Amino acid sequence: MAEPARPTRGYSVRTLPGFAIVALFTFVALYAPIAILVVFSFNAGTSLAIWEGFSLRWYVQAAQNEQVLDAGLRSLYLAGFSASIATVAATMAALATTRTRRFPGRTMIYALINQPLMVPEIVTAVALLIVFAAVKVWTGHTSMIYLIAAHTAFCVPFAYLPIRARLETMDNTLEVAARDLYAPPWKVFTRVTLPLMWPGIIAGLMLAFVISMDDVVITEFVKSAGQDTLPTYMLGQLRRVVTPEINAISTVILVVGAILVSLFFALTMRRR
Amino acid sequence: MTDAISEAPRALEREAEKNDIRTRWLLATPAIVIIFLFATAPLFVMVVYSFLAPGDYGNVKWEFSLDGWTNVLVQRDIFDDTLMWADAHLSIFWRSLSLSVITTFLTLVFGVPTAWFIATQPPGRREVWLFLITVPFWTNLLVRTIAIQELIRAEGVINNTLLFVGLINAPIQMMFTDFAIAFGMTYVYLPLMVLPVYAAVEKLDFRLVEAAHDLYAGRWVAFRRVILPLIKPGIIAGSILVFIPSLGAYVTPRVLGGGKNLMFGNLIELQFGAGRNWPLGAALSLMLMAAVMVSLIYYVRVTSREQSDG
Amino acid sequence: MPRPEDCCLSRAPSCKLIEKPSVMQDTGMQQETGNMDSTETSRPSAGDTAIDVVRVSKIFPGDPEVRALDDVSVAIRRNEFFTLLGPSGCGKTTLLRLIAGFEPPSMGSLRLRDKDISRLPPNRRPINTVFQNYALFPHMSVAQNIAFGLEMLGKPRDEIAATVDEMLKLVQMEALKNRRTSEISGGQQQRVALARALAPHPEVLLLDEPLSALDLKLRKEMQIELKRLQNETGITFIFVTHDQEEALTMSDRVAVMSAGKILQIGAPREIYEAPAERFVANFIGESNFLDAELAGDTVRLKAGGSFRVAVPDGVAAGPVSVLLRPEHASVRIGEPGPEELPVQIENVVYSGDATVAHLRLSTGEAVKARMPNAPGVAPLSSGAKGAAMGIAPGGITVLKD
Repeated sequence: MAEPARPTRGYSVRTLPGFAIVALFTFVALYAPIAILVVFSFNAGTSLAIWEGFSLRWYVQAAQNEQVLDAGLRSLYLAGFSASIATVAATMAALATTRTRRFPGRTMIYALINQPLMVPEIVTAVALLIVFAAVKVWTGHTSMIYLIAAHTAFCVPFAYLPIRARLETMDNTLEVAARDLYAPPWKVFTRVTLPLMWPGIIAGLMLAFVISMDDVVITEFVKSAGQDTLPTYMLGQLRRVVTPEINAISTVILVVGAILVSLFFALTMRRR
Repeated sequence: MTDAISEAPRALEREAEKNDIRTRWLLATPAIVIIFLFATAPLFVMVVYSFLAPGDYGNVKWEFSLDGWTNVLVQRDIFDDTLMWADAHLSIFWRSLSLSVITTFLTLVFGVPTAWFIATQPPGRREVWLFLITVPFWTNLLVRTIAIQELIRAEGVINNTLLFVGLINAPIQMMFTDFAIAFGMTYVYLPLMVLPVYAAVEKLDFRLVEAAHDLYAGRWVAFRRVILPLIKPGIIAGSILVFIPSLGAYVTPRVLGGGKNLMFGNLIELQFGAGRNWPLGAALSLMLMAAVMVSLIYYVRVTSREQSDG
Repeated sequence: MPRPEDCCLSRAPSCKLIEKPSVMQDTGMQQETGNMDSTETSRPSAGDTAIDVVRVSKIFPGDPEVRALDDVSVAIRRNEFFTLLGPSGCGKTTLLRLIAGFEPPSMGSLRLRDKDISRLPPNRRPINTVFQNYALFPHMSVAQNIAFGLEMLGKPRDEIAATVDEMLKLVQMEALKNRRTSEISGGQQQRVALARALAPHPEVLLLDEPLSALDLKLRKEMQIELKRLQNETGITFIFVTHDQEEALTMSDRVAVMSAGKILQIGAPREIYEAPAERFVANFIGESNFLDAELAGDTVRLKAGGSFRVAVPDGVAAGPVSVLLRPEHASVRIGEPGPEELPVQIENVVYSGDATVAHLRLSTGEAVKARMPNAPGVAPLSSGAKGAAMGIAPGGITVLKD
């Protein structure tokens, strides 16, 4: 019996020997630790490495832990506020800096917007600690305003990125066409520019939200007593005996993050 | 009725341009103000603090002092008051630098093939792979560090498995070592290498590679002489993106390196905590910032030189 | 319901969306005249003028600065199909953008029916544009796109709906009313762009190379379609193209532009048959340029033969350059007669409907002759010596430069 013709593996210039194996190993290595972390969040025992049966006890324990709930809510509240303010500011800045010739000060605006990305987080954190410590002593005021201000500042460049990208791929003539069809500038913005840049704005908002939710360093240095967010709470707990409760909290954070990132991905890829 | 012809030449254009620039500045104002107040200005305040004297219980005394800067390299012996090199600081600088270089190298080793692999997938699947690399990128850094920690702990999965298989008799000490830090940083910063390299490979015109093969180049020669020069900007961008956060890393070394294996970021933190030497902390922060700036400028110069050669 | 043919055409009073005085009476005449050749190029009186471009310059800053328009003046008549023709970078699109109001002029002024509009923003000019890439709003349906301008003018809802339907009918797109603009073909997008620009019934419609993205067959169809729309609506069309054939087929008048200047304005036939300058002759159609000597109303070619010509203003007796269109030249084997020139046939190219012979005159000048093919006639053979070139009566045009 003749064998059916097998597909030929021809010579392809796109193949480089060994690259695929390294790549697949990388993907496995990237996900394995996270997978193990998630698996042991369901462990019935207290071990992080020996499986003792399935249980939701650590989720229950986390859900009943006042400190966790408090920190979680604070994280959401902080990220929601900061990301929203940052996105509005970033949207305006993106409108100001894209689709134009070089104008006096444009480079400076660019540099300033991206400045938080250029400086190591620990440096910004320490600098804010110095300033806010003085302000806190001076005013005696220790509300969340410091955290919101700090988070807003480092969220702006992240919100700015996808919005700017969106604007740059947008067809300039659409707005010109709207003007040509008797739309005054404000109507051009609400009827054409805004609807078209909307996916970019949402993407920017989600990115900023995720970045704010994830932040440890700046929060750790800026927070006043009793202002733990979920990440700083977890960082504090790591010094103690670690139980799968940390895994349960981590898993929740992972799931929320993954959902946001998937949405972000869907929004930024759709225009292709 | 006005007649533009009677006006100065280009009056309309100047007016339109002036209005345009004014609008743009107004739009940029909120972002500028927020970032200036809560990111840029504090850096200047920190410069001032680095020239003040440390307070007894943290913070500063408002008197001029260069101790913050001199303490970076030398310290006064508590017993006989002689000056000596701050060996601890030097070894921390060295550790930060070498671990960052090692991390960058490791992300290159794993990141470039991965980026290549993703970029050469057929379009439909490519997006899936890209998505898989992007998810960890935006996943909580602390969570990912915790995942590594749980993996390499003395009673972690790796040691348990090795013990179970019988390859080792006692757990290997991986936590709180330089290895742990490099391993963890490679893990958390890898996507930062893959994404820009991917972008470069995706832009690569494969007809050029075909041309190289057509002109008798083998795979390796084509890679070295054609592909590598073309994707070099992506590789350089990826290296910067990994090197810079590695140099300033704080969370990963804190969780995986512990109290002994400090990196630059942890040394800075120490001055604001137990060390109670804010001016020194400020000076160290400014040094770290300068190091980051220097590496940025260095890479920018390398890239622009590459471009002018090509 | 009004009958469809009453609808939306400019004369139906219900459809006058922009307040305009009754200037449409001459539309009928326009239709009758159609593409008739008018050699009259003198400046029309102000009452006739739709757009008056007065000494407009446009300078783009840079190093070096670019003078995209250099002291351009042109009066475009009402209800005219006016074409700006020229190679890329000649300033034709810049002039269009200035008229639309997308950019201010550096110098000079623009008038619409005797009113200075130089300072008006585009949304306050009763002028609409069909963009080269159509610029259809991707987040709106076909109907929403067409309704946009009317909404912005604050028209009542039912009037908008009626006009949109009329427009859809006018461009034969009724069936695709609710489609997204990304779901329709290039030719259909083109129609929607036209309908959208026509819906507010502007006084002037600007078309920026709208046919360049279409394939040849569709382009030919759209050329006829555009001419029909212009006749039916009676709107002044200003059309920008680099395609000379397109310009000649559709326009009432053509302005040939080069390097920011208008070189010649005239009816298509005038532009083709009596180009004022070598650039115009060269850009439109194929050309042979020959050296000659002008004396009185007679030119004597260097290669031999004398021809009576119409002498354009400003050309003095002496050495001149003359134009001979390839289709006005012919060649046959044999001894040259009294009106003919001796030539050598260098190459013969068969191109279906015609044969093109590459000839060389006794002076060494190269000439192309294009002769229609007749059935069953043997083609010329190249390399044959002793051939004679004939020139059709009136085939020689004296050029200014």
